[in-house]
Amino acid sequence: MSHDGRGTQRTNALWGTSGTAGTPGTQETHRWFDDEAGPVVRPYAMTRGRTTSPGQHRLDLIAVVIAETQVPGDHDADRTLSPEHVDIVELCRDTPQSVAELAAELDLPIGVVRVLIGDLVDDELVHVTRPVPPAELPDESILRDVISGLRAL
Amino acid sequence: MIFRRSERAKASVEPVTLKILVAGGFGVGKTTLVGAVSEIKPLRTEETLSEAGRPVDDTSGVAGKHTTTVAMDFGRITLREDLVLYLFGTPGQDRFWFLWDELATGALGAVVLADTRRLEDCFAAVDYFERRDIPFVIGVNCFDDASRYPAEAVRQALDIDEGVPVVLCDARDRESVKEVLISVVEHAMAAAAAVREPATT
Ligand SMILES: Nc1nc2c(ncn2[C@@H]2O[C@H](COP(=O)(O)OP(=O)(O)OP(=O)(O)O)[C@@H](O)[C@H]2O)c(=O)[nH]1
Ligand SMILES: [Mg+2]
Repeated sequence: MSHDGRGTQRTNALWGTSGTAGTPGTQETHRWFDDEAGPVVRPYAMTRGRTTSPGQHRLDLIAVVIAETQVPGDHDADRTLSPEHVDIVELCRDTPQSVAELAAELDLPIGVVRVLIGDLVDDELVHVTRPVPPAELPDESILRDVISGLRAL
Repeated sequence: MIFRRSERAKASVEPVTLKILVAGGFGVGKTTLVGAVSEIKPLRTEETLSEAGRPVDDTSGVAGKHTTTVAMDFGRITLREDLVLYLFGTPGQDRFWFLWDELATGALGAVVLADTRRLEDCFAAVDYFERRDIPFVIGVNCFDDASRYPAEAVRQALDIDEGVPVVLCDARDRESVKEVLISVVEHAMAAAAAVREPATT
């Protein structure tokens, strides 16, 4: 592996020279906007202000959420499921899908969806599969399948 | 229980999911590339800067703000019912780099798109993946009005390892993008093989 520090030189020489005045990028910046006011707050109302789910590690963006086939009989009345909770369960019942897909589909920020999924896991309405652990590469056979899958697209 | 698609009665096929990142400077063709092979959906994240900001980020421009909304390109490629590849277009601005760490964790590899008219725009991305030993390939997006350079010249200008593939591509062209993605996976495979055989040669 290349730990030869060349990258550092590259950075020192040129960091900050890109994206200066007159680049086409300046026009595009409005896409990554800052919300100074309300819009940020509203989605988190859905999670009652919670930005993290207690006792849970951060769900990976590509972790797959699967609806439990057995819905627990003694449905816990403590927590009233929000329409968004229900949406998630229904989407996953149709097809198991990733955290990122659920966020995109429901047009909710990833952080909000993570909290809602955490609730559903607690309620045993869904479970989440861990993707290939970070720092561990998938099997070679899977990678071969990916290559042939891409060729066949 | 009623499933709309009865073929999917075994809807609990748990797919293996993988991700490839698409990085590069402003307007280099990231969104175009993701869109060429998948249906793009915008993905929003709201980050608390105090939590996510790193000393290396220049946060001076956003001082005093608590959260920031960042949109990313997000595409899904269903290779098989049980094998799904996700593409994530990384936000181009330096100040959103904290997001890269989350995206990069567990990534199979990355495409760094480069435009030969402003090669320096991709230096930061190259550095990022190099330092973390994340397999990446350089996709040289061949814009119509840019002069063509051989891949070797680009490699030298970027000062990257022999092993890093440099692929000339057209981000608008599906076949071309497929080739780029295939080279990412092949490169990741080679990197994995090198790790598995810890021959310290
Ligand atoms: N000729 C040519 N034009 C391209 C190519 N790829 C992208 N473009 C054009 O370049 C422009 C910018 O492409 P985008 O895909 O939006 O670039 P981006 O990297 O997503 O840009 P930002 O998200 O703003 O950083 C668009 O007008 C594209 O149509 C290419 O391979 N050849
Ligand atoms: Mg874009």
